[in-house]
Amino acid sequence: MNTITVIGASLAGLHAALALRAEGYDGRLVIVGEEHHRPYDRPPLSKEFLTGAVTAERLSLADAEEIADLDADWLLGTRAEGLDPPARTVTLTDGRRLSTDGVVLATGAVPRTLPGEPLEGVHTLRTLDDAAALREELSRGQVRVVVIGAGFIGAEVASSCATLGHNVTVVEAAAQPLLPQLGAQIAEFCAALHTDHGVALLTGTGVRALHPDGDRPTQAAGGRRRVGWVELADGRFLPADVVVVGIGVRPATGWLEGSGLPLDDGVVCDAGGVTPVPGVVAVGDVARSAGHRAEHWTSAMEAPAVAVRNLLAGTTVETYTALPYFWSDQYGVRLQLAGSRGPGDTVRVVEGSPEDRSFLAVYEREGATTAVFAANRPRPFMRARRELARAGMVAA
Amino acid sequence: MIPVCRLEDLPEGESVRLDLEPPIAVFNADGELYAIDDTCTHQDASLSEGWLEGCLVECPLHAASFDLRTGRPTCLPARKAVRTHPVSVLDGTVWVHVESDRAVQAPHTAVAGQGSAA
Repeated sequence: MNTITVIGASLAGLHAALALRAEGYDGRLVIVGEEHHRPYDRPPLSKEFLTGAVTAERLSLADAEEIADLDADWLLGTRAEGLDPPARTVTLTDGRRLSTDGVVLATGAVPRTLPGEPLEGVHTLRTLDDAAALREELSRGQVRVVVIGAGFIGAEVASSCATLGHNVTVVEAAAQPLLPQLGAQIAEFCAALHTDHGVALLTGTGVRALHPDGDRPTQAAGGRRRVGWVELADGRFLPADVVVVGIGVRPATGWLEGSGLPLDDGVVCDAGGVTPVPGVVAVGDVARSAGHRAEHWTSAMEAPAVAVRNLLAGTTVETYTALPYFWSDQYGVRLQLAGSRGPGDTVRVVEGSPEDRSFLAVYEREGATTAVFAANRPRPFMRARRELARAGMVAA
Repeated sequence: MIPVCRLEDLPEGESVRLDLEPPIAVFNADGELYAIDDTCTHQDASLSEGWLEGCLVECPLHAASFDLRTGRPTCLPARKAVRTHPVSVLDGTVWVHVESDRAVQAPHTAVAGQGSAA
């Protein structure tokens, strides 16, 4: 291969590029990124960046020397809008057409939004610019923040807003936060973290609509009206100065319609990131790998090295099989989960207690551990995670 | 020099976190004592709570690994080294030698906080 184009310049795209060079690929390397920023780390955006504890500079995933060593052509601030595998070309929104022998798809995901009129004061949080805009709004004195969705992003944003002294309400359509990810018992613990810190948690009700504040004149910026109210499905109206919508993401695959790549909640690929289209691999949040689309930081960092080896080999010579892992920091509590929890798994606290906000729990199915969860128990969690990984290797 | 703890309170495989600014972690790796800056250079996590294997400590949050002898990361996601500090044992007490410009803590504030129990 003489030219490889990495589409997406965040964690997965950067690690694909690093892995290509580490594998000895010395051809032309092109990296296309929709954002103007060089690769940066997203997890702190909802946490330390929002509270002001870290600056944008600290989020950089590669310093000047590492960027230079990569010897890549960076096309930032432009988006890929078409892929034509038989012609081996990628078309960009700025009209450029790139010829390429190999393609790494790393376009990630975009936040879901609510239907209706776009209003000032309504935010999603995915990018550095998103976070900077939200941070700016949170810096003008105490405001009423309504967070829609009590998933990881929603909970972390709520926690950060509470830390900043704002009046925070979280609305969750499900009966408990993080129910599908963690199950009822741990979800109850997560719900308590909100209320411990004076954050109102309204569960079991969705949002019907966002309404403008009728008392405030139209904002000059873009002529948009400013949000004033959140109408819930049960008919209640919550006053809101700032609304953060954290209702999940959808993989950024729209631009691949008609490319011949199979799309089904992500780019369909095997466990090695290899798609049915020769010369095209997928990594990170956009990849539906072996029937599963992970949105985890660790897999976005680690899986690209495997996908890139497969790309260079022209076939799947390796698969990515690491134990799924994620973490979340909320209200000063570090939550960590490793493994694959199933809906019917039972959960058992094996160390500490939820009341003390520090414990280790295991999920089990038919006597076997499927996943481990910890709150503020990093060291025992690490041991349990390793044991689970080892047991998995033996079972496989 | 800042006192850490009695040597018998830091058995093999254990670590102690010193609540200094910045915090320092002291490890007993198979009988050898090492001190490094406690905070992972990648993101905010305490290396004193990491996984100790030989002379390497793995960060409990994202599995970056550091060589206790040099402070250098041995794998991503960490890219910067942590600082190392000399350690000595005098009359059964473990001491860490912190560079003078950083030794801003009065001795009585250098409370040894035991790393999370194994």
